[in-house]
Amino acid sequence: MGHTTASLTEQHFPKSRNRGKLGAFFFELLKNKFLYLLALPAMIWFFVFAYLPMGGIVIAFQDFKAMKGITGSEFIGLKNFQFFFRSSDWIQIVTNTLFLNILFIVFNTLAAVVIAIMVTEMGGKWYKKITQSVMIFPHFLSWTVVAMFVMAFVATDGGFINQILSVFGIGPIQFLSSPGYWPLILVLLKIWHGAGFGSIIYMATISGINPDIYESASMDGASRFQKIRYITLPLIKPTVILLTILAVGGIFNGDFGMIYAIIGRNPLLYPTTDVIDTYLFRAMMDLGDMSMSAAIGFMQSLIGFILVLTVNYIAKKTAPESAIF
Amino acid sequence: MIKESFPDRLLKGLFYVLMGLFSLYCLLPFWSVVASSFTSEASILKNGYMFWPSDFSLEAYKMIFRDNTIYRSYGVTTFVTLVGTAMSMILTSAMAYTLSVKSVKYRNHMAFYIYFTMLFHGGLVASYLLISKYLDMKDTIWVLIIPSMLSAWNMFLLRNFFASIDDSIAESAKIDGANDAYILFRIILPISLPALATIGLFYALGYWNKWFDAVLYINDKNLYPLQYLIQRIMNNLDYVNQISADISIPNFIPPAMTVRLATTVVTIGPIIFLYPFLQKYFVKGLMVGAVKG
Repeated sequence: MGHTTASLTEQHFPKSRNRGKLGAFFFELLKNKFLYLLALPAMIWFFVFAYLPMGGIVIAFQDFKAMKGITGSEFIGLKNFQFFFRSSDWIQIVTNTLFLNILFIVFNTLAAVVIAIMVTEMGGKWYKKITQSVMIFPHFLSWTVVAMFVMAFVATDGGFINQILSVFGIGPIQFLSSPGYWPLILVLLKIWHGAGFGSIIYMATISGINPDIYESASMDGASRFQKIRYITLPLIKPTVILLTILAVGGIFNGDFGMIYAIIGRNPLLYPTTDVIDTYLFRAMMDLGDMSMSAAIGFMQSLIGFILVLTVNYIAKKTAPESAIF
Repeated sequence: MIKESFPDRLLKGLFYVLMGLFSLYCLLPFWSVVASSFTSEASILKNGYMFWPSDFSLEAYKMIFRDNTIYRSYGVTTFVTLVGTAMSMILTSAMAYTLSVKSVKYRNHMAFYIYFTMLFHGGLVASYLLISKYLDMKDTIWVLIIPSMLSAWNMFLLRNFFASIDDSIAESAKIDGANDAYILFRIILPISLPALATIGLFYALGYWNKWFDAVLYINDKNLYPLQYLIQRIMNNLDYVNQISADISIPNFIPPAMTVRLATTVVTIGPIIFLYPFLQKYFVKGLMVGAVKG
């Protein structure tokens, strides 16, 4: 924190370095005391709820016992990590996490881009407004509510899908015991929940395109399709790339809120839907295995951190203005 | 203006149809739950969920409103949303303002201090132990507010908005003798209302839709927020049995299905009513944020 202060004071008061450094620090605090005071509550909050838990990572290297607490529990090195990798579960949950997230990123981006293009091409103010409102709305419902909707569709007795199938004489599908259908169902839900909302940012990008470009293309006799293909798509490409690499940074984080609310504790569906986050949650709440959960969480945080740095590095190389830091 | 060719109009027509279909797709699940919740339990059990209430019935709504569980949950969620949003907004705008003032020498250090929390986190276990064991916040209403009170993302969004305000406004006020507090409350905040509204909306929705914190920290039935109530009644029949306990009609089947659906509808009610008023704010707010990058 005091780095810039040090170099500044060193130039001016090379001899009384320590006092100068501290003095300048307190002088600055005093000068802007109202502003620093304003920031103080939030700074404390971030210390307690973001930095203190980082210290809790030591649990991952301990045989944590609630009775003994963090300071009293025995240090066991990497045993928690070994324990996790010895069971065969980890391959499944890591695969599921990556597979589902890739599906979500690809299909949600596609849907959001297509929606943004279609909405901007449409004339007719009220039709546009109504469809847009309807599309964004699902984003504001919690996944627990969505889980209720899902039941109405996939229930074996009386669910809509099975009602329709029975018209064609196809026997009821037992969705709640058939893991194979769920990646598709989850992708459809993700699009339902997020594509309309996600399209807002692409619409903003498209509305930032100079209308003269379209105008002159029309003069040259370009068709609507050609304008989309050769003007809109290339110009929103940077935004698509940026948002995709940002999403890739979080690819090891399963969507806990969605999956736990919808799948819950239905072990029959775990083969395709159990992700790192839901597994960790059960290890913690059901088995009470704080140490192994902490070890899994630590690896996830670390990989996420490295991924964000990598992705940002790539962004910096390819499109410097879109790098985050 | 050039007249549109036939293929162009055809493509446009196709867009209209596709958008209409997608809107229908977004609306359908929601509609079907509302319609089914107004249907009698017997009809649902016989014919399944439906898009139009064939045997209209208010039974489920009567039952959930007779029991006080729903009122309590509504109270919890309303309190958490109102108080939480107010606290979040005060802390977020105070911090964001300090980070936006260029004469604050350590503002970049402070920004990095917060930014780092977006990149790396201690994980669920450490937070859980901190909140339940060391801060002893389990089964208090504050556990639904304080641990999720601030979002670094929202804070930076607001900081960028404050920073985009012309410096000369604050400077000329300062020359006229205004102090930092006056500048913040009388100048900066009033002209930032659209940005504050957008961020306030995001915070409020976050609180309204909160349920996972309740899974972790709430065992006391009196403190169940709405979304958690929904989650519980989907997974077990305690609630339905509880609210139908005093009904002594022979062969009475507790309306498990419709009660679940009706509770869901009651939960999303306020969002539906407020949505049209709020929509214009966040679309505008997000557009501004997106263009600014």
